[in-house]
Amino acid sequence: MCDTCGCNITPGNEHLVRGDGRLVKTDEGREAVTVLQSLLSENDHQAAHNRTHFDRHGVLAVNLMSSPGAGKTALLEATIEALGAAYRIAVIEGDLETENDAERIRARGVEAIQIATGSACHLDAHMVHTALHQLDLDPVDILFIENVGNLVCPASFDLGQHRNITLLSVPEGDDKPAKYPVMFRAADLVLLTKTDLLPYLTDFRPERAERYLRELASESPMLSLSSSSGESMEDWLTWLRSEVAAQRERIRQGATLRPAIQPDGIRLHSDASAGHAHTHGHQHAHGVAHAPGGEG
Amino acid sequence: MHELSVCIALMQQVERIAQEHDAGRVERIVLQVGPLSGVEAPLLEHAWPLAAAGTLAEAAELVIENAAVKVECTQCGAVSEVAPNRLLCASCGDFRTRLVSGDEMLLASLELSQMNSQPVQQQCV
Repeated sequence: MCDTCGCNITPGNEHLVRGDGRLVKTDEGREAVTVLQSLLSENDHQAAHNRTHFDRHGVLAVNLMSSPGAGKTALLEATIEALGAAYRIAVIEGDLETENDAERIRARGVEAIQIATGSACHLDAHMVHTALHQLDLDPVDILFIENVGNLVCPASFDLGQHRNITLLSVPEGDDKPAKYPVMFRAADLVLLTKTDLLPYLTDFRPERAERYLRELASESPMLSLSSSSGESMEDWLTWLRSEVAAQRERIRQGATLRPAIQPDGIRLHSDASAGHAHTHGHQHAHGVAHAPGGEG
Repeated sequence: MHELSVCIALMQQVERIAQEHDAGRVERIVLQVGPLSGVEAPLLEHAWPLAAAGTLAEAAELVIENAAVKVECTQCGAVSEVAPNRLLCASCGDFRTRLVSGDEMLLASLELSQMNSQPVQQQCV
């Protein structure tokens, strides 16, 4: 994370560091310090640690987000059924209360760690790290993190995963991407679930859901499936297989991957290694290493 | 309502920076929060006193700057100010745009008072 050297200056905040520079005295003799750190830099730091941990163990970590009841656990059950023989799967479950979801996963013969968040509406990187202490990652190919059912808060917290998947179930209505832009912008893949209900819920138009997604400037794929009827599962399984292969290739090359946009993610963190190598306290250009537009 | 989590994380950050600068009090905290950050400024303002109570930032003024949502079109190059849920190029209508502003969630700057009268030589983080 390059929080320290000035490379996180964007067109939106560059005025803060013009003129008097990064360390000035105000009229009242106060010291003004320009920081420009992500508000979640503590979480982001832990998330980076988690991601290193996943990479070291050869694990693909996938974060599932949706509203409550969109079918995250049912998707996992169907996926375990289809791929449980080919891949070693583990699951971290996030809910406010109960072990219900973890028990459903364990009933399929897959290890599941339940995080009961109490009143917290999202998982954060520290909670996931604590759960990882209970999990032996060595024999795992895919770790699914089933986030708390919530279309708002989970989008803001990097957990260390490689991919974000947002589920949109047919009963919710096709305009969810327009209503929850932060969540749907964070998706590397949008899964339209419960498509077996489309004949009954005729107001829902899959093409309209996709149009709302594109209006968020998202080029992420949108796939449809029904976990209960099993229809169209193959596209999703193909996506997952290709992600496992891509993760293995990244590990072979010593590379890693952050999921689709976390707030300020790409812009702030695309030059992470360079940022840490610099002496703190001065401001300078980084040249072409930044995502376009990241320069002040 | 994850804004309290954000405020608690912010408080840890502020305390660390104040310590590094040998500051006795934090006078002013400036944040930048865009509509696509997933954080609501009024909720942050409500949660802040809970996180700051009993700390050296207890009396600090919390200033939240809002950033407009702006996209740059990857097809025609135009930069337009748009609605948070409609990130289309205002010029050519294409959806292949890149967000250049509006998802900020940053601690932008702090104003600190010193414990003693010694000028601080240490540079900022």
